[in-house]
Amino acid sequence: MNRTTLIVVAIVAALFAVSWIAHAVSMSGQKDNVVDAFMLTMAAFLTLAIFSFLYRDNPFYKFAEHLFVGVSAAFWMCQGFWSTIVGNLIPRLSEGLSGFFQVPYQASSWNFAYWIPVILGLMLLMRLTKDYGWLSRWPLALIVGTTAGLNFVRYLRSDFIVQVSATFMPLLSNESHPWEGFGAFLSNLNLAATGQLVTIVANWVIFLGVICGIIYFFFSKEHTGIFGRASRVGIWILMITFGAGFGYTVMGRISLLVGRITFLFKDWLQIIS
Amino acid sequence: MKYKILIVGMVLLFGLSSVWAQSEPEESDSVVIDSAELFPAPVSDIKLSDKPNDHGHAVVVTWEPSADDGGGKNNVVQYEIYWSTSFDGPFDTAGVVPSGTREFEHVGSKDPDDPKYIPDNTDLFYQIDVVTADPLIRTTSGTEGPVQCSGQWYNTGRTPVLIAVLIFGLLTAVFVTSARKGRKLYVRPIGGIEAVDDAIGRATEMGRPILYVLGLGSAADVATIASFTILGRVAKRVAEYQTELIVPTYDPIVMSVAQEVVKSAYYDAGRPEDYKEDIVHFVTQSQFAYVAAVNGTMLRELPATNVYMGKFFAESLLLAETGSLAGSIQISGTDEIAQIPFFIVACDYTLIGEELYAASAYLGREPKLLGSLKAQDWAKAAVVILAIIGLIAANLGWDSFTNLFQVVD
Repeated sequence: MNRTTLIVVAIVAALFAVSWIAHAVSMSGQKDNVVDAFMLTMAAFLTLAIFSFLYRDNPFYKFAEHLFVGVSAAFWMCQGFWSTIVGNLIPRLSEGLSGFFQVPYQASSWNFAYWIPVILGLMLLMRLTKDYGWLSRWPLALIVGTTAGLNFVRYLRSDFIVQVSATFMPLLSNESHPWEGFGAFLSNLNLAATGQLVTIVANWVIFLGVICGIIYFFFSKEHTGIFGRASRVGIWILMITFGAGFGYTVMGRISLLVGRITFLFKDWLQIIS
Repeated sequence: MKYKILIVGMVLLFGLSSVWAQSEPEESDSVVIDSAELFPAPVSDIKLSDKPNDHGHAVVVTWEPSADDGGGKNNVVQYEIYWSTSFDGPFDTAGVVPSGTREFEHVGSKDPDDPKYIPDNTDLFYQIDVVTADPLIRTTSGTEGPVQCSGQWYNTGRTPVLIAVLIFGLLTAVFVTSARKGRKLYVRPIGGIEAVDDAIGRATEMGRPILYVLGLGSAADVATIASFTILGRVAKRVAEYQTELIVPTYDPIVMSVAQEVVKSAYYDAGRPEDYKEDIVHFVTQSQFAYVAAVNGTMLRELPATNVYMGKFFAESLLLAETGSLAGSIQISGTDEIAQIPFFIVACDYTLIGEELYAASAYLGREPKLLGSLKAQDWAKAAVVILAIIGLIAANLGWDSFTNLFQVVD
């Protein structure tokens, strides 16, 4: 750490202390005001430390990053132990350990099946040893193979069959205005969002978009001629969709930013009410 | 004499009061008759059947509504369905449905310790109460039963899925066999993947590492599995060029599989001594903590190339934007539609959706993967054809065709 860094760190530490004391004093009528003031100041400090990344990598960002990673890794490990091992496994395998961890023992004639994940888990841990590390490949293969097989059926259903059936839509009419010829169509012409013309145009866009989009994802045929043109239309439709999705998500991110700025200016600095 | 008259009078009075008391029930009978007019007509034609296409422990109860439901006295509010394992009861509540309903699915638990447990292969009996706004004014049907419920091995509602699995499996088998026999299967060039080799070369020339991010998916996600294949290819090239590789992972299982993949790649490249366990390392299972750590790595290690392949969520733009600021060449690929726009704007090359799956076949050139890719293309052709036929059918009202694609749970 060079001298400049030390000075900056000292100034930030002093500001932190001032903020802590000021908030503790302002909360003096409340219970645990010192702890609450510390938590509030720490939240503001960590928010600013993460924002400091916008300038460049610096000791404050490093501190926030390492704190975040360390706390979250430890939290998820504890969560996994207490919810999976203590919450689900021990109550089915050992009455004595259930008593030790103060969780109700769940007796069942099928409890022996829970030894299977125990054995698979131990086999996974074998990768920590040099001689028996190969044993960990078996549970890995089971996990990947089983879930991939289950997902195969799920995807085939949701991305294939349901996709096909969702494309079966009327192109010349909608439910409220069945097709009765051009005369009736023109007399019933309605440009409202739920109107006949808009619905028909939307259905055509969906149908052509699906067909051209699928053509773009053909890999075993060269994209030339009519096929190539349809593929171009497909990528245009994809890009327009991505553009709309981008704008929509960015709006959501801005609302998150507004939330953090509100916290800084309202809860911490108390500049806005 | 007066006393005798008084006694006789009292006896008569007592007798009259007794008669009066005995006549009271008649009066109460007359009240019953009056209130009976308020009682709704019972349901009729109760039918019980095992719920089809399920794991058992469920019964379907149907009935013809009370004559006073929507007509007659029009005073029916709800139907209460009761069940028992004995004809004589006691009956427990199975459920309550509003007036106008004709069917109720009594779905219970399969756990014998659960209060909602319904035993399979056991006689079950049902009663239905027709209830008015006053819960005391109700009419109970006769006891119906027995019915037995049981689980089925085959869900007929999912037959379309089975047919699709068989067709797709057959296509894959045919094309894999064909590719194994040496038939050349064409795969069109995919820009992002062709850039991978160039990017590895760039990293080698610059003497900087390559950062490979597998995303937040589990080891079973298709995108992650495809990413493992690409990682294998990248790791092999990295080992050949003796460049540094960094693979921070989010999921412990993904880490284990990725370690095996990278290790194999180093062995295949003939450089097992260069493999280090910490090339692939675990960071954390918290989304934004993971992002913070990977962003920090990008700014400190300054990788020449960042490869993002797998399943990504809200962290996609945070990672890609930081990589862009660090001046890295970036290649990304995901099947998460909502995240593709962020990669497109912040990365040099992006594999859109299925291009990620195709990339693994394109890189590996293995018969299995190429055959599978060819089968996917045929499946897509089938989708196009079926969509066109279905569209015509929907517009002409051929419901028999469109109904073939209805999948029921």
